[in-house]
Amino acid sequence: MQLRGAGRRYGERAALRDVTLELEAGRTLVVFGPNGAGKTTLLRMLATLLRPHAGEVRVLGRPLPDDGYAVRGRIGFLSHEALLYRELSGRENLRFYARLHRVAPARVDAVLEAVGMTGRGDDPVAELSRGMIQRLAIARAVLHEPDLLLLDEPLANLDPAAAAQVAPLIGPDSGATRVVTSHDPAGGLQGADLALGLKAARVAFLAPTAEIGPAQIGELYR
Amino acid sequence: MRSTVATLLAKELTLEWRTRESVPAMVLFSIATYVVFHFGLDRDRVTGDLASGVLVVTLLFAAILGINRLFVAEHEQGGFDGFLLAPVDRTAMLVAKAVALFCFLCIVEVFALPAFALLLLGPPLTQALPALVLVLLLANAGIAVIGTLVAGLAIQTRARDLIVPLLALPLLVPVVLAAARSATPLLQDGGAGALPGNWMAMLAIYDLLFALIAFAVFDFLLED
Repeated sequence: MQLRGAGRRYGERAALRDVTLELEAGRTLVVFGPNGAGKTTLLRMLATLLRPHAGEVRVLGRPLPDDGYAVRGRIGFLSHEALLYRELSGRENLRFYARLHRVAPARVDAVLEAVGMTGRGDDPVAELSRGMIQRLAIARAVLHEPDLLLLDEPLANLDPAAAAQVAPLIGPDSGATRVVTSHDPAGGLQGADLALGLKAARVAFLAPTAEIGPAQIGELYR
Repeated sequence: MRSTVATLLAKELTLEWRTRESVPAMVLFSIATYVVFHFGLDRDRVTGDLASGVLVVTLLFAAILGINRLFVAEHEQGGFDGFLLAPVDRTAMLVAKAVALFCFLCIVEVFALPAFALLLLGPPLTQALPALVLVLLLANAGIAVIGTLVAGLAIQTRARDLIVPLLALPLLVPVVLAAARSATPLLQDGGAGALPGNWMAMLAIYDLLFALIAFAVFDFLLED
């Protein structure tokens, strides 16, 4: 993944400015920053959902937005929204996405089990707790075994047991290249190779995680 | 693309079956409007161009309710992002939504036509029914395609409820005109006349034209 001077605006307001970074396959980038710093914009741009307005962006070796179609099916995106239809059950939602991604139906049962939702998989999403919906959202994001995982605060709403249960799917051992946003300095740095700090839409720091401490991360939020 | 359309269409119909948000509202609106016409015109039987006009315009306004809600689940529950992240032809969503709206309109007409016949229509409906069904199917196709296009555009705006009728109604005037003119001889006193070929052809060509336009531009509506 390569970004060179990447930027994005919403109208006149810059949401992300001049981001340059490189992440090798299989590595993890953790992104810190206060609300509105540009973390979600960065993830949505990498997910091909937003066009970069400045600079160059290459994802999985392909330039965006030109080759967006080629990489879309290889990206797993976990956003603040679960991207699940409330009136459908978890299993129905996953079957729907499995068909769109041309994934074998058996994979649906496998990911439901992996996130510990087999027992509640047939309940409508509208009747589930936030934590359960987050587990289903993780199941949706990894359903097609993506090469790149874009995870926006993936452990939000999860209790420690659930967080441990989904770790093999979205953690460093998943084997995927990962971009993870976090507000938790200790937890975020764990298992990451590179840390990016964003403040007011600009890069505040970009360094290997070994060189970044809680003080630098805390500075972002002041 | 066929399997993607089938997947999306199955989801559309399942969501409507579970929520019953669009079709019941469209049916109730149609029947209520015929009741209003019944008392507003102070007539219990209308024929010819008045009958076809009342029939088609009411169905058009009912369709606006469905068009308004066509992309709400995608917009509010993140379905757009989920779909856009899949490696599928984006036009599949246009086709699935248009087919879903077409099905909703057909279901509405199953209830609205008998209500129209009962409350307003002078001549018996039975004789005109086969040809009238053909006219309404062509009108539904036009409303479905244009409605989907407009709904896809309006859902990105804050004033969706205002934008849909403002854009859809002018674009649908030719559909209303051709459908009403086509249906007029069918609803005449003294038995159903022949279908006017020129108006039917105009309706079909307008449907085809907008299907092509929608096919060409729908991708851009979903783009950031």
